[in-house]
Amino acid sequence: MSIYLIKRILFMIPLLLGITIICFFVMHLAPGLPTDLQTQMNPKASVEMKERLMSLYELDKPLPVQYWSWLKKLGRGDLGTSFSSDHRPVSDKILERLPITIAINFLSLIIIIAVAVPIGVLSAVHQDSLFDKVISVFVFVGFAVPTFWLALLMMIFFGIHLGWLPISGLRSLNYEYLSGWGQLTDLAKHLILPVFISAFGGLAGLSRYIRANMLEVIRQDYILTARAKGLSERQVIYKHALRNALLPAITILGLSIPGLIGGSVIFETIFAIPGMGQLFYMSVMARDYPTVMGILLIGAILTLVGNLIADVSYAIADPRIRISS
Amino acid sequence: MTFWEMFYKNKLALTGCGIVILLFVVSLMAPVIAPYDPGAIDLKNVLAPPSGEHWFGTDQLGRDVLSRMIWGARISLKVGFVATGLAILIGMILGAVAGYYGGWIDATIMRFVDVMLCFPAFFLILAVIAFLEPSIWNIMIVIGLTGWMGVTRLVRADFISLRERDFVRAARAIGANDARIIFLHILPNALASILVAATLGIAGAILTESALSFLGIGVQPPIPSWGNILTAGKDNIDIAWWLSLYPGLAILITVVGYNLLGEGIRDASDPRLKR
Repeated sequence: MSIYLIKRILFMIPLLLGITIICFFVMHLAPGLPTDLQTQMNPKASVEMKERLMSLYELDKPLPVQYWSWLKKLGRGDLGTSFSSDHRPVSDKILERLPITIAINFLSLIIIIAVAVPIGVLSAVHQDSLFDKVISVFVFVGFAVPTFWLALLMMIFFGIHLGWLPISGLRSLNYEYLSGWGQLTDLAKHLILPVFISAFGGLAGLSRYIRANMLEVIRQDYILTARAKGLSERQVIYKHALRNALLPAITILGLSIPGLIGGSVIFETIFAIPGMGQLFYMSVMARDYPTVMGILLIGAILTLVGNLIADVSYAIADPRIRISS
Repeated sequence: MTFWEMFYKNKLALTGCGIVILLFVVSLMAPVIAPYDPGAIDLKNVLAPPSGEHWFGTDQLGRDVLSRMIWGARISLKVGFVATGLAILIGMILGAVAGYYGGWIDATIMRFVDVMLCFPAFFLILAVIAFLEPSIWNIMIVIGLTGWMGVTRLVRADFISLRERDFVRAARAIGANDARIIFLHILPNALASILVAATLGIAGAILTESALSFLGIGVQPPIPSWGNILTAGKDNIDIAWWLSLYPGLAILITVVGYNLLGEGIRDASDPRLKR
């Protein structure tokens, strides 16, 4: 097991290098320069000034040299300095926003599992019942709904029409003056819509997957054996069948992580949440190369680690893999 | 039962087919059926709610939302087909080569697929599009370039199961070269699953395009697209619900249509796959 783990972690290094090389070159080969934004609007900016800015940012050197110096800095744990007007270290900018994004994605993962598993199991056990049919329609529509549109509708309905929930940011204006409990409920209220929206997409996929798995599992011989032994239906379904149906779902959860992280750009932008996705959007718009590279790197690491955790827990949960390794 | 009999009996698939045909007709006939010029600004009639005159209301410049949506259907059709066409082309070639030759070629291609799959694709799309000039062509190319992995896996699996069949050996025995075997003998047998992937891929591409246009880096105004009408919906969220509701509904129905059609083709072409 530990050899497997070490192998997997070592394999991540070339993967990450590959990803950063692709991103770096694609980004720099695209037309337009970050200095354009700072100089175009300024009639006083001379050609010399542009060149000074270029050399300040090391943009005048050949691309492989730039990449190598980025990589060398990365080796020291330095992601560089942001091109934006605050000129702060990229790692600081990302670190202060990362917890928000991870917390929201984690909450939505929990909701996805807590809702999708029972729904998938129930619709498989009661195949072709009314419940199953309603859920099937829901899942089908769920696949087709643009989440940002759903977010808009929910903002209109719950935020503006009913006035129950706030529609932007993480805190109310009077946050400082609230009691401890008041601050907590304020935060929770701000999180309901974003977490729901970020969970929504994964919900449909996972519940359908669990249903399909469950349908396959309950036709297996060992389920017949369990029934023949005289076990109660409850035990057959929840002990014997569910465990086997859930196993492959772990991998699906691992694969859904890139989608969740990518989705955070959308919901953080819509709900004005100061997370990594919003920072990414703003940095991309401002051509802030170091910040964009930093976030792409962190996003890739999060994805790879998520996949690793999924694979490892799969191996732990499945006795066949556990023994053979 | 033949493919068409199976397909014809499937009401959901027919519904999907109907929606897709309707979209084609709307896109082709846009200049005829749109009640107003989609770019006609009417500043006396800004953000007017739905009425007999403007069924879906007007936007922040007084333009008719229904007309803009009808023209927007063209954009989503174009993006869906070109982006998916590109993804299918890449996926088909890589999958065929990987599945037919096997060995290190297969291993290299599939590792590349793994790298692409484990990357938050939306991040990459966003970065590339924002650095390129945002235009409809760039969007189509980037969505295509980041969406071929599923097709590759599918085609590869088909090729692995087909390459040792007798008809392939027979073709080899009479001296057909690799290209001929791949494109003329094996590929036609994999077309059904490719067609299904293409139909479902169009739905995905339309969703991605609308999200990008919504974020302001997709189709640029004044060209109307469903996504950028929704941007106006967000900007006027507290006063103009119609700007948010209708374009999103159009996206939803379109995507449902393509998904139903895709699943219908799958069920009809291979009844064993039916769940």
